[in-house]
Amino acid sequence: MPEVGAAGEAEVLEILRGVKDPEVPVLDIVELGIVRGAEVDGSKVTVRITPTYSGCPALHVIEQEIVAALRQHRFTDVSLKTVFNPPWTTDWMSSAAKEKLRAYGIAPPGRVEAQELVTLGRVPRAVACPYCGGTNTSVESEFGSTSCKSIHYCHSCHQPFEQFKAI
Amino acid sequence: MTNANLFEYLLRLADDRLVLGHRNSEWCGHGPILEEDIATANIALDLLGQAQLLLKLAGETEGQGRDEDALAYWRDESQFRNLQLVELPKGDFAFTVARQFLFSAWNQGFLEALTQSKHEDLAGIAGKALKENRYHLRHSAEWLIRFGDGTDESHRRAQTALDELWPWTGEFSSEDQVDRALLAEGIAPALTPLRPPFEAMVRDITARATLTVPDRPMRMTGGRTGRHTEYLGHMLAEMQIVARSHPGAVW
Repeated sequence: MPEVGAAGEAEVLEILRGVKDPEVPVLDIVELGIVRGAEVDGSKVTVRITPTYSGCPALHVIEQEIVAALRQHRFTDVSLKTVFNPPWTTDWMSSAAKEKLRAYGIAPPGRVEAQELVTLGRVPRAVACPYCGGTNTSVESEFGSTSCKSIHYCHSCHQPFEQFKAI
Repeated sequence: MTNANLFEYLLRLADDRLVLGHRNSEWCGHGPILEEDIATANIALDLLGQAQLLLKLAGETEGQGRDEDALAYWRDESQFRNLQLVELPKGDFAFTVARQFLFSAWNQGFLEALTQSKHEDLAGIAGKALKENRYHLRHSAEWLIRFGDGTDESHRRAQTALDELWPWTGEFSSEDQVDRALLAEGIAPALTPLRPPFEAMVRDITARATLTVPDRPMRMTGGRTGRHTEYLGHMLAEMQIVARSHPGAVW
């Protein structure tokens, strides 16, 4: 989570908690770790953001929504600064955020761990089905409807589901 | 001079990803199975995203007011700095997979080294790209193993692809004055030391795939200075036509 500094920054973060990820609308951009901090100077604010995936098309929408949300409040001069280091990781997501994902029907990411290059033929760690909680599931594809999700199948309740990938 | 070299270097890294991303995107709607259609489009999206970040940085470095769109759509073939390997037509699915594998295998070591760059933004972009490269590499390596160790037909196609592609990989590690100038400044990694671990990785995966790395001489190089195969111009014509027909159009 981004470090909260001055009172102005706290105010900005509170406003930005109202901006949701357009592709996963149960999560806001602060709990996702996209917002890395803000510098406030009167009505002027610079928001530091980091991309989740290099090509994530949602980021453009998010940038516009950040500016719009802050302008609705007392900030008339809003600028965005993209930071790349440290690179975004799903480990920044809080357990509350992960529970919101699960309740929404997307299996939350596990912890990021070192993985062998080739995992072919290996039985992957079971991802719990977000619908029935069953662990008799299999990976259908590491690539899903958006960059951040993989496709799985639950053999208990016979439902396909998505997981937010650990990265 | 530093900025001129850095601009040139950023174009090389960006164009590799822009061109390969476009080639992979040609599978969109044509994938052999739905999951692979989605996977290939996802990889294409990552590569285009990386290209966008790098071209933006290139434009800022050049300081002539060109943004990422201007650099992607308004340069001609001879101004592209990508490797020749990435511009070759997509071929069959075995060819696309084998090319992605070779590109990702090279970039695993390269991007890792680039995260040590003294250029903060470049190091940061490399760190982001490295995470994405890792699953591109795993995906393509696993398919190469399935193809090589699969049916006679899939083995034949994978071996044919590897035979065709391998001689183009010489360009990965060929260094010129741009690389050396930026190496001296701690911005770019040395390429030659990355070659042996790359080859070891390729030999490991191809052995598991029961495929062989061909004993063929490396082909001509020149992509880094704007000499390209006959294929790039045609690809760019398709990629750039909409932007050039409607300059400045937005939606």
